[in-house]
Amino acid sequence: MNWGGLLLVMIMLSSLVPGLIIFALPEKSVRPRTFLNLGSAVFKLLLILVMIIGIYQGRHFAVRWQLLPGIELALSSDPLAALFSTLSTVLWLLTTLYAVGYLEQSPNRRQFFGYFSICVTVTVGIALAGNLITFLLFYELLTLTTYPLVTHRGTREALAAGRVYLAYTLSGGAVLLVAVAWLQMLAGPVDFGGPPAAASVAAEHKAQLIVIFFLFIAGLGVKAALVPLHGWLPRAMVAPAPVSALLHAVAVVKAGVFGIIRVVHDVYGIQYAAGLHLLLPLSILASLSIIYGSLCAMRADDLKKRLAYSTVSQLSYIVLGVSVAGPLAAMGGLVHLVHQGLMKITLFFCAGNLAETLGVHRISEMNGIARRMPLTMAAFSVGALGMIGFPPMAGFVSKWYLGMGALAADRMWVVAVLAVSTVLNAAYFLPILIKAWFRPQDCPWSEQGAVDDRLETRWMLLVPPVVTAFLVVAVGLLANAQISPLAWVKMIVGREYGP
Amino acid sequence: MPDTAFWAVCLVVVPLFFAIICFVRSALVSILGPLAAWLNAIAALGMTVSFVHSGPVRYAIGGWQVPLGINFRIDGLSVLLIAMTAVTGLSVSMYASGYFSLRIGPAREQGRHQHQRAYFWPLWLLLWAALHGLFLSADLFNIYVTLEITGLSAVLLTSLSGKAAARLAAMRYLLVSLLGSCSYLFGVALLYRCYGILDMAVLARLVSPAPLMWVSLALLTTGLVLKTALFPLHFWLPPAHANALAPVSAILSGLVVKASLYLILRLWGDVFAQVLPLAAYLLPGALGCGAVLWGAVQALLQKRLKMLIAYSTVAQLGYMFIALPLIRLDEGSSAWEAVIFLIMSHACAKSAMFMAAGSIFLKAGHDRINDLDGIKEVLPVTSFAFVVAGVSLMGFPPSGAFIGKWLLLGVSLASGQWWWGIMLVIGSLLAAGYVYRVACHLLVFKAPFYARRQFIPPVMEWSALLLAVLAMLLGLFAGYPLGLLEAGSPFPGHACLEVMP
Amino acid sequence: MNTIFLYNFSGLALFAIGLHGLIRSSHLLRKILAANLMSSGVFLIMIVGAYGTDKGMIDPVPHAMVLTGIVVSVSATAVALALVCLVQETTNRVLLLQKRKKEQGRRTDA
Repeated sequence: MNWGGLLLVMIMLSSLVPGLIIFALPEKSVRPRTFLNLGSAVFKLLLILVMIIGIYQGRHFAVRWQLLPGIELALSSDPLAALFSTLSTVLWLLTTLYAVGYLEQSPNRRQFFGYFSICVTVTVGIALAGNLITFLLFYELLTLTTYPLVTHRGTREALAAGRVYLAYTLSGGAVLLVAVAWLQMLAGPVDFGGPPAAASVAAEHKAQLIVIFFLFIAGLGVKAALVPLHGWLPRAMVAPAPVSALLHAVAVVKAGVFGIIRVVHDVYGIQYAAGLHLLLPLSILASLSIIYGSLCAMRADDLKKRLAYSTVSQLSYIVLGVSVAGPLAAMGGLVHLVHQGLMKITLFFCAGNLAETLGVHRISEMNGIARRMPLTMAAFSVGALGMIGFPPMAGFVSKWYLGMGALAADRMWVVAVLAVSTVLNAAYFLPILIKAWFRPQDCPWSEQGAVDDRLETRWMLLVPPVVTAFLVVAVGLLANAQISPLAWVKMIVGREYGP
Repeated sequence: MPDTAFWAVCLVVVPLFFAIICFVRSALVSILGPLAAWLNAIAALGMTVSFVHSGPVRYAIGGWQVPLGINFRIDGLSVLLIAMTAVTGLSVSMYASGYFSLRIGPAREQGRHQHQRAYFWPLWLLLWAALHGLFLSADLFNIYVTLEITGLSAVLLTSLSGKAAARLAAMRYLLVSLLGSCSYLFGVALLYRCYGILDMAVLARLVSPAPLMWVSLALLTTGLVLKTALFPLHFWLPPAHANALAPVSAILSGLVVKASLYLILRLWGDVFAQVLPLAAYLLPGALGCGAVLWGAVQALLQKRLKMLIAYSTVAQLGYMFIALPLIRLDEGSSAWEAVIFLIMSHACAKSAMFMAAGSIFLKAGHDRINDLDGIKEVLPVTSFAFVVAGVSLMGFPPSGAFIGKWLLLGVSLASGQWWWGIMLVIGSLLAAGYVYRVACHLLVFKAPFYARRQFIPPVMEWSALLLAVLAMLLGLFAGYPLGLLEAGSPFPGHACLEVMP
Repeated sequence: MNTIFLYNFSGLALFAIGLHGLIRSSHLLRKILAANLMSSGVFLIMIVGAYGTDKGMIDPVPHAMVLTGIVVSVSATAVALALVCLVQETTNRVLLLQKRKKEQGRRTDA
């Protein structure tokens, strides 16, 4: 009996089945739905912990299902998969709590939470995918399941944003399909975890492999918000805050970046990719995204749009880390996957709090807001400082490793890019903090939103950002500890680069 | 356990018998019709099971031998298509039994409604019998007869609604169908003149390049292409499919066009495959590309839901024609498998779409796409069925269409003619465009939606949903249809049929 | 062999005339007549093929085909005429015009 495989299937079902049940429950049954949501999130977290313990002990879980000869669905648990799925599950739990509080008076919650659960199933499916075609399957399904969430409000802007989102992501998916089909035609079924498939292709197809690589980057780059494929992300900010938090910290964007990591590490292999001179263009593209994203962020006045452009910029740190050959840079990039997720979700939670409680959407309205909502702004400050790279927040750890890796690989210009982007990060985050903490209030805020007698807002909106802010600090402080994400990433990179 | 030949005969006799009874005793139609559908499904299941046990079979009806007797040939392709017809037909029959049980509109229209029901069932069962006969026939002339019966029943079903648009569309469909059949018959006549044989299996071995053969093939193909509505001869299809009653549209788009498509695949992929040069296949491939583009663009421009779905059929049929050059280029049998997956998936998904559209039309009183906002509140199951069927048409994993698209993409990349594959991918993106054009209206939350107080029976909603989900899951269980194909494959290079004495 | 050629040619001519009539006339009854003409042409070609084989025997298969074909053709004509009556009932004319846009624009039906 394949217990390991059963565990993986259970992890997937633990959010799929509640999602389907939520669709069947009537709209008014709030308590059962909340219970089901939170209960299944906790259950899923427990299952993931079991999986992590198994991986730590060196065990490997896998399950396969054959559709056709040559097309096989496979789930497998390697350390990278575990990293991404843990991140997704933990953040899903917090976002569910947040969403229950955020949408308290909204209509149509049944559809929202149903698709929410299915989204997480699909994201974990992307994480646990054991070969390219399973990855492709879940990658495309993610587009479909996030669309109803993006257009949840049903307004004209939401529908227009949804159309743009679909246009970008479906085109990216089509390009990815061509890339996967082409590679499988050359190299046979591509599994993750074995020797890199591209290296086994005969030498005369090298030109095709280069083209395929760029098709991969184009297809995955849409979701990973690489410039110039990032146009959908700021427009998708019209979605409710829990959706923005989920999309921008956990599901969609991380799926794209995760795909790029898989392609560079598991499909092509770092040495082979370096040999084909593929990594330098990727680094340049990533650097351009970093700089461009930061510049656009500086000009945005809407808080969520500024955070969106910041995401564009920060995701490319991960791509940059992966594309600089060398273990230190790879560690920096991979650990930033976790750190950026934590920091960005904190920022989005706080932005949602401001919008929901006080109706504040623009940065120009944020003068003095810290007096009214101190806990929220404290969490925001932690996240923002982490983004800039202040020790001891998580962001500092990732930037440190990226810088060290760039130096080790002799790429001085990458260090320069890092420095410039740190300055730009400060340029667009510090003014917000200064306005919030040190300026007096100069425009009225609405008090119609979520109010609570004792706390500054509903507790369900307050607990998640505080918890994630705490995690940001903890992860940074305890970076050298055995159970930190950094230690896990060291193990992943160790396996990739060899002893 | 009755053998395959028994089930094959049942498949033709049972619907024919019930069609006559339904015509004669129209009062019992609402019981006999669904009963006949279930019996058909059971017979198809029986035939599939016995086929899996005993393999391909050739049966001479009544013991009369060829050439004057009629033979049935039951191989993997026929069995799969009959299974597809059974599943789709059963779902549509359940839908129709719900549809015709409604009292639609003011009471004074009730007379016309009963008239529709009284004629729908005999005609549909006759069509079903003809389809079975077509998929089972071994020789070209019997196929002509069954093709003609299929066409005539389909035409009368199209005209059933009684509105002027439907009757005119039916008339045009009939004339096109007659032209197609005549051309086909001419082709058969010339082919008989040339080789003296009508049986497809024997013909496949005897055929050799000759001037008369080229003319005959051209005539056969022109006739069949007219009936399959390949661009640019597709003009009759959108009005006919869109103006028909909801169950009829599902039958027409899901099943009737597949009959002539199956014949084209048999002729070009099996009978004449050895003698046709690759260049000959480029024309249908190019027209298929045209169909994909034109159909999708027209679908995007439509304001009415049923016209959009009808143009979508034109586009999806283009995919099957793009597969023709790939079948020729293919080393193994991936392209054949791909086409079959595309056909099965399209039959289920398109029927589900038309069934959902029919429910929506009844509930809303119209089918203007832009005014359908918020219908998900009153018809949740139907809206979801439509979206699932649409996603399956887009070729999203894990639907059967994705498997087909994937295999064809692989073949086109491997053979170096990558433009066919790119065309498929572009077609999918365009399909996503028009599916989401509708879905964004269906899925939006808007309360309250002003709907007619028209009760839609659950059987109508759930039959559409189940068929749509089946189309999506076809990819996950892809091994089973392929197993059937392997058991009696008509493909060159595989273990083939019996040798004719 | 001259007669054979004449018969073949007549069959082809009937087919061609019928085809032309089917496509070009607007009056529905003419279209149906043209379709019948086409099938007559095809039957003629079929029957001619039954004669003059090397063995000197007359081939029965084309006869069977033509008989079946005639039956099918009669049924098809019957359906066509019934449909013409229905069209005449609703549109008060017996024409199928080339202007298709007018019919497509009409309300689609459930």
